[in-house]
Amino acid sequence: MSDQTASGRPESPQSPVAALPGGEVTERDQDGPMLAADGRPLKSSLARALRREKLRALALIAPLLVFIFISFVLPIADMLFRSVQNDIVADTLPRTVVALANDPLEEEGVPSESTFAQFYTDLYIAEEYKEHTRLGSRLNYEMSGISSLFRGTGRAVGRFDTDIYADQFEAADPAFEDPAAWADWMADDDIRAALPLTTDAYDAWAGIAVELDEDNPAEEDPEDIVYTSLYRDLANGAAPPAPFPQVDVSGFESVSIRELFIEEDEDWADPEVWETIRAYSSRYTSGYFLNAADMQTTPEGVELRPENERVYMTLFVRTLWMSLVITFSCILLAYPISFLLATLPARHANLLMILVLLPFWTSLLVRTSAWKVLLQNEGVINDILVWIGIVSDTNRLALINNATGTIIAMTHILLPFMILPLYSVMKTIPPSYMRAARSLGAKDWTAFWRVWFPLSVPGIGAGSILVFIMSIGYYITPEIVGGTRGVFISNRIAYHISTSLNWGLAAALGTILLVVVLALYWVYDRLVGIDNVKLG
Amino acid sequence: MKLKLLMSATAVAALGTTAVAQEMADEMTIVSWGGAYQNSQLRAYVEPYLEMHPELDVTWDERSGEAVANLRAMDEAGNITWDLVDVTAADAMRLCDEGLAMEVDFEETLAPGDDGSSVEDDFGDMLVSDCFIPQIAYSTTFGYRTDVEEWGGEVPTEICDIFDTETFPGQRSLEQRPIGNMEWALYCDGVAMEDVYDMLETDEGVDRALAKLDTIKDDVVWWTAGADTPQLLADGEVVIGSTYNGRLFSLIEEQDQPVAMLWDAQMYDLDGWIIPEGLDDATLARVKDFLYFATDTQRLADQAQYISYGPARASSAPLVTTHADLGIEMAPHMPTNPENASNSFVYAYTWWADYRDDLDARFQAWLAQ
Amino acid sequence: MSALPPYASTGQRIWHYGFRTICGLIFFFLIAPIMVIVPLSFNAENFFTFTPEMLRLDPEGYSLRHYVDFFTNPNWQGPLWNSIKIAPAATLLSVCLGTLAAIGLSQPHVPGRRAIMAMLISPMIVPLIISAAGMYFFYSRIGLQGTYFGVVLAHAALGIPFVIITVTATLVGFDSSLTRAAANLGASPVTTFFRVQMPLILPGVISGGLFAFITSFDEVVVVLFLGSASQKTLPWQMFTGLREQISPTILAAATVLITISIVLLATLEILRRRSERLRGLSPS
Repeated sequence: MSDQTASGRPESPQSPVAALPGGEVTERDQDGPMLAADGRPLKSSLARALRREKLRALALIAPLLVFIFISFVLPIADMLFRSVQNDIVADTLPRTVVALANDPLEEEGVPSESTFAQFYTDLYIAEEYKEHTRLGSRLNYEMSGISSLFRGTGRAVGRFDTDIYADQFEAADPAFEDPAAWADWMADDDIRAALPLTTDAYDAWAGIAVELDEDNPAEEDPEDIVYTSLYRDLANGAAPPAPFPQVDVSGFESVSIRELFIEEDEDWADPEVWETIRAYSSRYTSGYFLNAADMQTTPEGVELRPENERVYMTLFVRTLWMSLVITFSCILLAYPISFLLATLPARHANLLMILVLLPFWTSLLVRTSAWKVLLQNEGVINDILVWIGIVSDTNRLALINNATGTIIAMTHILLPFMILPLYSVMKTIPPSYMRAARSLGAKDWTAFWRVWFPLSVPGIGAGSILVFIMSIGYYITPEIVGGTRGVFISNRIAYHISTSLNWGLAAALGTILLVVVLALYWVYDRLVGIDNVKLG
Repeated sequence: MKLKLLMSATAVAALGTTAVAQEMADEMTIVSWGGAYQNSQLRAYVEPYLEMHPELDVTWDERSGEAVANLRAMDEAGNITWDLVDVTAADAMRLCDEGLAMEVDFEETLAPGDDGSSVEDDFGDMLVSDCFIPQIAYSTTFGYRTDVEEWGGEVPTEICDIFDTETFPGQRSLEQRPIGNMEWALYCDGVAMEDVYDMLETDEGVDRALAKLDTIKDDVVWWTAGADTPQLLADGEVVIGSTYNGRLFSLIEEQDQPVAMLWDAQMYDLDGWIIPEGLDDATLARVKDFLYFATDTQRLADQAQYISYGPARASSAPLVTTHADLGIEMAPHMPTNPENASNSFVYAYTWWADYRDDLDARFQAWLAQ
Repeated sequence: MSALPPYASTGQRIWHYGFRTICGLIFFFLIAPIMVIVPLSFNAENFFTFTPEMLRLDPEGYSLRHYVDFFTNPNWQGPLWNSIKIAPAATLLSVCLGTLAAIGLSQPHVPGRRAIMAMLISPMIVPLIISAAGMYFFYSRIGLQGTYFGVVLAHAALGIPFVIITVTATLVGFDSSLTRAAANLGASPVTTFFRVQMPLILPGVISGGLFAFITSFDEVVVVLFLGSASQKTLPWQMFTGLREQISPTILAAATVLITISIVLLATLEILRRRSERLRGLSPS
């Protein structure tokens, strides 16, 4: 058998697939005005046939294209989008975001009373929907402590001393005690227009009553946020038309919502908290990408994080560096045996090829388990070394849970991906070249180095890119044998998805990794052509 | 709030009528931690419950470690496939805060204590969240090999011995996260236990803790799964290592390995059930029926026959007997045993909720250096 | 290189044998880790190393207990059956869609062929963790996370590149005058496909299918994210086993998987020979 690959193609891997029989159709239509059998000009007849052929080809490809698009491309695009998506602040605190944008933050960087009042409404609603802690966790990525600030205040916000307003309104006019009257007022467009804050708060409260509590708002007393907003509307000089009761609020006892918040937690007077909320209030953020590049935004602009907080660049560099080492080890090990396989008689080569294909076909987990068993301190390799006497029993080699473990195991796992392309290129180098070189007086080494080796370089290129691409995205093997110093960026992405729950950061790290991989993929396509990937 | 009173009154009335007539689902997915712990749950109350209800089909999922991530994703999808989830108290609080776990009326959902005490009294201060139904108290503590020749007969007696590589040379295993390690490092650097968290809030404190950890960094194997340390100790890959006390118990007593346990400055924590928000009525009825049984005084005491974690109910403590297979007294091996608990850290849930992201970034950066 | 000529110098001799020794060592490196698993799986003890009894070849040191555990313990049997249920379905899906598309792609005039090809091969290139994360979030949103169908879809997507690569490779050697001849003789396109094209590309389709099968059967990252407890597959159980309850049953499972690999490999080899014979490629 001449060729071990499953495809069994004798051609060189560089032979372009496009040169298929049938390509001659396009050449013939240059010939001039001839008529086809049905009397049409041959040219248009051929063009039609060509069009039909194209459509037929596309129809055959379309189902798969749609399938891959929906099951694979779309999910990845969707995840990548998370790296810039930042809806949570604007969705959870819509009123605050608008108010903050217009608030000059004059009082030492702390918002004004009216911004706090909007924040009160937002937080009250968010607490009902239990969204405030999620927001807290999100902002906590940017500033430590915000998580508990939101959680603690969320718990307290329903108990704020704003109930004085409801009492005073009800004392001023008993109609306020009737939920049905409220419902009627809030159905009146003129009243709604006159009382914007109240309307907003009432609608939100009614939404909570219907959605969460499954109550009829026309039968329930509105909550404090509605009365607080009403007080603020009226204090602002609103004059709702009848039938809304006319109440003079100038004599009302009032509370400062700002003070209530600061009393609850003095961090609400911390300008940094508000700066953080404001900075992350837009719907898109570059924050995750900055974080993924070990950078941060400070009042002075974007800068690198302090050295003791940089981790992702280290990980990216380590991933690239270790992948290079693995690729290089693969070349080193794959070259001699590919050479041997390519030069041995086919019968022997076939037998030896099985030794390459068996690991290739064996489960990744089997191979990883094997290395775990072999590399342990008390594992087979160390036992043998101690038995031979190379290392002492107390000084066993640390081969696992570090970079060494990852490099050894991954070199073994990826080696077939280097051997197969290398071998298929070497197969195409005619043995007569070496003989010719020798007969022209070249020494063995010269013949190899000047003739054989340059011809095998395309194989090294193809194998290296393939191994490198696969290596930088590896997850399972580093996870099991890598410890802390032998893990890759993939492991960190998995950690952020399932443990730290910082999905935006995971997406940003994933995007960077994907860009690197796709760039290499592009290079590979240019150099080798993806059609020429060979398997088994 | 009148509204809320009114609401809860109708809700209770509604429950009262539906609970009786409610059909119970025949399938239930329970999420737990796998290993010896899941096995103790299986033997103490899942199998007995299945004997009473042969129509029920239980599926186990062993992903409690990723419970928050999975419940969040399920919630985003609006498709909850888990029915009852075993989580740590910290995760339960997080899930409760985010509305992913159901708030539970303890008195109504759970059985009163065998001794007649109310649920609230029986569980006492273990009820740390409205959504969290505690099962056990556990500790993260250290085990060490008793046959290390280089130690010349000495054995570690206090937590700070893990930092003493002169007297106790050899590899150590520590969990690959800041929680626990940072506290121990500061404590062993001379900070009083009650000042540790104040200290950790400052940059200097973090630097100090990491500097202390630096002294043993080259000797540390970092673990991520609870089974790692027992395996590493058994294989002799490490000589001291932190893990959950129940895992160490089974290593020492069940597998008879030459390992002993260190009870000093261990991290005391709770584990229990949460019910995911958004179950359908039939499943919820089944889950509640199961929970009522599985968390009663006798069942929690039974669980202690299989694993050395302290039952969450005070009324279970007197019923704790001997190990189901080995016949040894279980009480002395519990983290709740007063002798063991004389000097322990209580996991600072809210503090870590705030500082986890930051310290984790610092810790991982330190690890990567 | 094949044989040493009688006139070889001493240097050449040293080089010849030295080189072969190096190659032997590399082959040993390739195969030994896998082979070491096999005897260890018959360990009578709960250890991952060779016990003194095993080294003395004492029958006492060996036992089938880990195999008994593997074939009776529901913790292993459930995952095994899940794998057996998921992999063929995923394979079928990727083979059907992939073969059609490969035939389409080998037509002489396909607009945007390169881009289409790049997209179809991408599941093989994109790091698994990224595919897994993307599918986890997206499938959650459309209610496929934690379902059998979701895992099958994901695995089918991962298997597609292998089918495309192997089938297009077979089609390269395909002489399209055969289909024209069939059409001339009055065969309909469908008849032509099944009677002429299919038998010739069948070996490629089957080997693509085998690749797709092994991809699904061996896949762990995606199923770890996408699956729920009731879709736990064999590799997943092995992964949990390696990280959690480490038991030598993993080695028994691994040995079973190695056996499966050998069977698949042998099937492939037979197919390859058949394919070459059918297409009239010169055997050497």
